[in-house]
Amino acid sequence: MSPTLKAYAIRLFPQVAALAVILLMVSIAFPGFFRLEMQNGRLYGSMIDILNRGAPVALLAIGMTVVIATKGIDLSVGAVMAICGAVAAAAITSGHSLAMTLLITLGTGILCGLWNGILVAVLDIQPIIATLVLMVAGRGIAQLITEGAILTFNDAGLIFIGSGSLFGLPMPVVVWLAFGILVALLVRRTALGMLIEALGVNRRASMLSGVSTGVLLIAAYVLSGLCAALAGIIAAADIRGADANNAGLWLELDAILAVVVGGTSLLGGRFSIAASLIGALIIQSVNTGILLSGFPPEFNLIIKAAIIVLILVIQSPRAQSAFVFLSRAGASEKKTEQEAK
Amino acid sequence: MQASTSILTATAIDKIFPGAKALDRVDFSLHKGEVHALLGENGAGKSTLVKCLTGAYRRDGGRIQLDGADVDPQSTLEAQNLGIGTVYQEVNLLPNLTVAENLFLGRQPKRFGFIDSREMNRRAKALLAQYDLDIDVTAGLATYSVAVQQVIAIARAVDLSGKVLILDEPTASLDAHEVAMLFRIVRRLKERGLGIVFITHFLEQVYDISDRITVLRNGKLVGTRATRDLPRRDLIAMMLGRELVQEVAAEHGTKSEGGDVRFRFRNFGRKGHIHPFDLDVRKGEVVGIAGLLGSGRTETAEIMFGAERADSGTVEADGRALDLSSPRSAIREKFGFCPEDRKIDGIIGDLSVRENIALALQARRGWARPISRGEQDRLADDYIKALDIRTSDREKPIKLLSGGNQQKAILARWLATNPDFLILDEPTRGIDVGAHAEIIRLIESLCEKGMSLIVISSELEELVAYSSRVIVLRDRAHVAELVGHQVTTDGIVEAIAASAARTDA
Repeated sequence: MSPTLKAYAIRLFPQVAALAVILLMVSIAFPGFFRLEMQNGRLYGSMIDILNRGAPVALLAIGMTVVIATKGIDLSVGAVMAICGAVAAAAITSGHSLAMTLLITLGTGILCGLWNGILVAVLDIQPIIATLVLMVAGRGIAQLITEGAILTFNDAGLIFIGSGSLFGLPMPVVVWLAFGILVALLVRRTALGMLIEALGVNRRASMLSGVSTGVLLIAAYVLSGLCAALAGIIAAADIRGADANNAGLWLELDAILAVVVGGTSLLGGRFSIAASLIGALIIQSVNTGILLSGFPPEFNLIIKAAIIVLILVIQSPRAQSAFVFLSRAGASEKKTEQEAK
Repeated sequence: MQASTSILTATAIDKIFPGAKALDRVDFSLHKGEVHALLGENGAGKSTLVKCLTGAYRRDGGRIQLDGADVDPQSTLEAQNLGIGTVYQEVNLLPNLTVAENLFLGRQPKRFGFIDSREMNRRAKALLAQYDLDIDVTAGLATYSVAVQQVIAIARAVDLSGKVLILDEPTASLDAHEVAMLFRIVRRLKERGLGIVFITHFLEQVYDISDRITVLRNGKLVGTRATRDLPRRDLIAMMLGRELVQEVAAEHGTKSEGGDVRFRFRNFGRKGHIHPFDLDVRKGEVVGIAGLLGSGRTETAEIMFGAERADSGTVEADGRALDLSSPRSAIREKFGFCPEDRKIDGIIGDLSVRENIALALQARRGWARPISRGEQDRLADDYIKALDIRTSDREKPIKLLSGGNQQKAILARWLATNPDFLILDEPTRGIDVGAHAEIIRLIESLCEKGMSLIVISSELEELVAYSSRVIVLRDRAHVAELVGHQVTTDGIVEAIAASAARTDA
């Protein structure tokens, strides 16, 4: 295995292992869990359901990962989802074409990100406060657009994004997978990833080394806004209407959780989009798994919290150094054996 | 020296880290009422030894005796209770609490189960009076200077422990006056019979205050000597394991005067930072900048690099006007800047040595044109070799390197961009003797290759060694320029003093 690939495998191991264990546990409680069926050219099954239901959080987690890597946080994504859902519904019902509707909606998301980014990068407001502004105001803006009601629509094209399928997969899954791969390639095949990590670890030293810290910061929040817009479209298309009160409610917290479960530190720096996406799947698997296993619903949140605490403990620096120590001890034994020969 | 009553004896201490033996059967003994300097290059094992003594690390072999009884501290807290107190370079107190709260944290005097603030403040005042410190103990710790915080940390450590005091580079961020104050306190503690271990990079201070010296090198004990029997040259030889090139001052006279004037700063300044100044820098020349702390040295560097935008004046290079409005544009004009505070302004701690070296070059190329991994590896390996950066491999996070090696990596970051004009702010502060000499040699060789350098340093002998001219700063203005034979330590001191007299008048 090449060194980079090996480093990648080591990085993703805790997340993949956690996901595997959770899926295994659910499959014990619910035997039909891994069954997949093909109907009308689309896959059905609990696994697909997890991928599908997890789409909004997965999309938000992509942008959130990059924002957190810059040592920031974006609390507004849930509200931006609501705004963008409302904008999409309003645009399509007022007779715009699907392409135009999508363009307007994504533009709205970018605008929201720009607002956050300028507050953080130019006015130097702490990210948690800066994005809190839009988190609170955003839902109000969404309510203004929908005029307080659930704005429904019947456009087949828009509905397709929520419940259609492509290549046998539900559309939301195709969207988050494609967008995740696109962003991951963008940051890792260019120097963006390294520059963002440098910025997140030490903004002033990066600035003094010539990194355009301001532009990068704004770009991170714009990406997060764009992700929220995509998530907002999917959420609205799924229920064929924009619900300003409930669309994306509390999802910013799930997105942050996905990033943290994915092992990206809230202190900024090293990040992995793949790990955050697996983190999002872990959260959705827990949600779906608890329902399928037939626990009384009132236990859901507590079980979810317990599982997440466990995952975080396994990832903690202390536990990690214990793992490293154990594996090193094994490795050095092997080495001495070889030397003895 | 008093009768040799050992208070702390460590025998044959071993400490093994994965892949390296950090301490190899090191002996160390500390007498009652002595100041014992613990010296060695970075990575020699000083901090490891201290950490084994204070229980921060578990030793892998050897015994530690305190007052003749075997001890085996498992934590710094246990060591503290046994009588071994430590004060680190970065004061590890709580800046947001008051002085009194810091002194009595965890053992506040209580009344009816509540903290008795009045009693605590009274005791704090009495405690600090022993150190000639008459300050408001109810004020926040952060309102006091590092030197005062250092004294408070010592007061707390002595009050808690009282047998052995370990000072780990306590003077690194203090000025001469503050060091004198600290040393008065150390001498008084010594008279009280404490054993004091003193770690520092400043050899003058070692000769100023220590009774005995123990030198470590590569995890092994080189020897313990009485300070008065150990001439400076021998000490340096013990530390480096080789006769050091004449201490830098001796090389005086070989430096280049440079070629034609290349960079012209005219009326360059920024209100509230540095008064406008004129400065010409030749190709292949080192211009030194001297002045007391707060005289505008760093401000001069920052404005030249665009970290602070100049609000007056112009810069020309070979007759062409330069844009120095931001670090980014300065880098585009082939400028480089190694800042004074490595940890805050220099290193990207969590990133690898490789990434730290490649950063400035990558930033200049822009994000869309990544330096391939192979190129980065080559770049890093080249500079690790050329500058002798000691690291186990290029993927090690830079924060794990010693100060001198971090500094070399940051120099490498700029050398990789192939600059014409390099500004070094205190390039040798807080780094060990070996790296120190190497960096000075590097400055000289860059200059020979035709680079123009501005070097700011508070070590005058060093400035004299490599500068062809020295600019003297005072009160945020350039007040004197010393050229040719005027460039001597005495000359610089005089220029600083003279301008001081003038402004006082």
